[in-house]
Amino acid sequence: MTATASTPTTAKPVATGRSLLATAWMRIRRSRIAMASLAVVVGMVLFAILAPVLVAIEGQDPNTTNTTPEVLDNFYTPGLPLPQYMYPSAEHWLGVEPGLGRDLFARLAYGARVSLVIALLATLVSVVLGTILGAAAGYFGGKVDMVISRIMDLFLAFPHLLLVLSIAPILQSRLAGTALGSGSFVPIASLVIVLGFFGWAYLARVVRGQVLTIRQQEFIDAAQSYGTSHRSMIFKQVIPNVTGVVLVYATMMIPTNITAEAALSFLGVGVKDPTPSWGQMLNAAQAGNWYLSDPWFLAVPSIALIITVLAFNLLGDALRDALDPKSSR
Amino acid sequence: MLSVKNLSVQFPTDDGMVAALNGMDLQLHRGETVGLVGESGSGKSVTSQAIMGLFKETRAKISGEITFEGTDLLALSEDRMRTFRGKKIGMIFQDPLSAMHPFYTVGSQIAEAYRVHNKVSRKAAKQVAIDMLARVGIPDPKKRVDNYPHEFSGGMRQRAMIAMALVCEPELLIADEPTTALDVTVQAQILDLISELQAETNSAVIFVTHDLGVVAQLCQRVVVMYGGQCVEQASVREIFTAPSHPYTRGLMASMPHLSGEDDRLTPIPGSPPALLDLPSGCIFADRCEFAALVPDNRCQNERPQLLVTGEHAARCHGHEMSLLPKTIKVGA
Repeated sequence: MTATASTPTTAKPVATGRSLLATAWMRIRRSRIAMASLAVVVGMVLFAILAPVLVAIEGQDPNTTNTTPEVLDNFYTPGLPLPQYMYPSAEHWLGVEPGLGRDLFARLAYGARVSLVIALLATLVSVVLGTILGAAAGYFGGKVDMVISRIMDLFLAFPHLLLVLSIAPILQSRLAGTALGSGSFVPIASLVIVLGFFGWAYLARVVRGQVLTIRQQEFIDAAQSYGTSHRSMIFKQVIPNVTGVVLVYATMMIPTNITAEAALSFLGVGVKDPTPSWGQMLNAAQAGNWYLSDPWFLAVPSIALIITVLAFNLLGDALRDALDPKSSR
Repeated sequence: MLSVKNLSVQFPTDDGMVAALNGMDLQLHRGETVGLVGESGSGKSVTSQAIMGLFKETRAKISGEITFEGTDLLALSEDRMRTFRGKKIGMIFQDPLSAMHPFYTVGSQIAEAYRVHNKVSRKAAKQVAIDMLARVGIPDPKKRVDNYPHEFSGGMRQRAMIAMALVCEPELLIADEPTTALDVTVQAQILDLISELQAETNSAVIFVTHDLGVVAQLCQRVVVMYGGQCVEQASVREIFTAPSHPYTRGLMASMPHLSGEDDRLTPIPGSPPALLDLPSGCIFADRCEFAALVPDNRCQNERPQLLVTGEHAARCHGHEMSLLPKTIKVGA
């Protein structure tokens, strides 16, 4: 790995070594797009984490309805917020939603939590499964590789969306009777399971390919020559070498999972009212045909979704460039 | 202590079986240094890797016998073999940069090699690593222990690699061309270091190299390999003064001499054998200028046996029948 050695334009040309990640971080800091997208991503995560605080500062609540005639029209278009409530104001930072008159900012903030938690957890499941199975397939080769690779093929060949559409409601009804069946746990958990367990195969294939070349390298022989066990071979010798690929892939997988959550919730098989998520909000905008009379209601979650997904994708691109030992930028 | 008998290693390829080793023999005693010499593709590295058990059964066909202190290494399970690697048999690789993990500090790699066989805390293992680095002559080991491999110079890396291989004090050390990637001065230091440490620990060393000068400096005995076989085995003195096998004679003749009598070196004509399709006779026969001296085309038709006379062994019909000239000058 000469990645660390090939950075000629450092401020101090002292021969202090930098790890691959340190080099990557230096490159990211130099790229304006990377820093901007990183800022948006961090901001979005903070927005989600601090949702209760922010909403408390606003003085609202995601579940309080305001259906009085002072807020919602009940004459021309019943349920449509009156103009002063439809758009941002000091009282309701993003206005209120049509129909139930709940505060839009509060729902966006709490929805960010749900959307991000689902996307991050699903990505985590995929990454853990994909990395370990891919590394095992590439490292052991032979029969292990054959079995894992065929399972990967199976998962990749499956009509993803159809399966997700049919499994999500089944999982929800199965879990509904248990102690976990109350609240928003079931829809969130089922989305994490479905997205997570069907996203690992592609990553596993990428990791497997990488490991096949890593296995040929001499330090693997060397580690074997001092008696390293298979387990620490995979976890300590092989997997650290695929961190870069996995990191980039995970960053790209998060936005995919955010949109997948939104799509599934939009289709009605994901998060359901009253639990807010960005997909659920899109679903609500579409369900009552509110997007015709109140396009702002549709625009708020859409814009949040676009900004977040774009930021994650740009960050993934920047990470890939930054972690590529051959890039000289 | 180590005995390799009739070891064959074959690799399946698309073109057929590649016979990397064809009945390799090797004997090694405690505290002894044996040089394993031969040209590229003669099976030096394959031999050392086979002793380490680094070939997977699915990828290579291995037959013969490797006995280490009474244990048949080839019959061992992977788990049992692992207890030998590092603890009983250590290995130094040719290129320490690619043989060390780029993401871990030198110290943590040495400590890891120690912790594989010794149940000690991380802290204790780090102390072992520091001591080991000091032993192999790394200056300021307390600081250097936290450096990454790429922050070491080539010679220091090889010292660290040696520290890694010797941290569990193996009884047998296999050095696979440990000085090929180093310049001459560093090479001399590393050779000194290896023989010093060997004297301290009384371990046996198999020194794989194609550098006869290194062999002369370091080894007591030499095993000359050709086409995956041991063609000659003798003490260093005998190999250099009275080589028996025509291939060894050719090697000696092709070495430059300091006296500089001849400007031109004498190469061995022809090229190494194709390991895909080995002749049924002597593997060296079609490059051997003495093959014609042996009657009945024996060299072409019959694989010679390793003839042991005292400490000296050679695999040659001409030698066996005493048909070879006494002089060691070979070729034009």
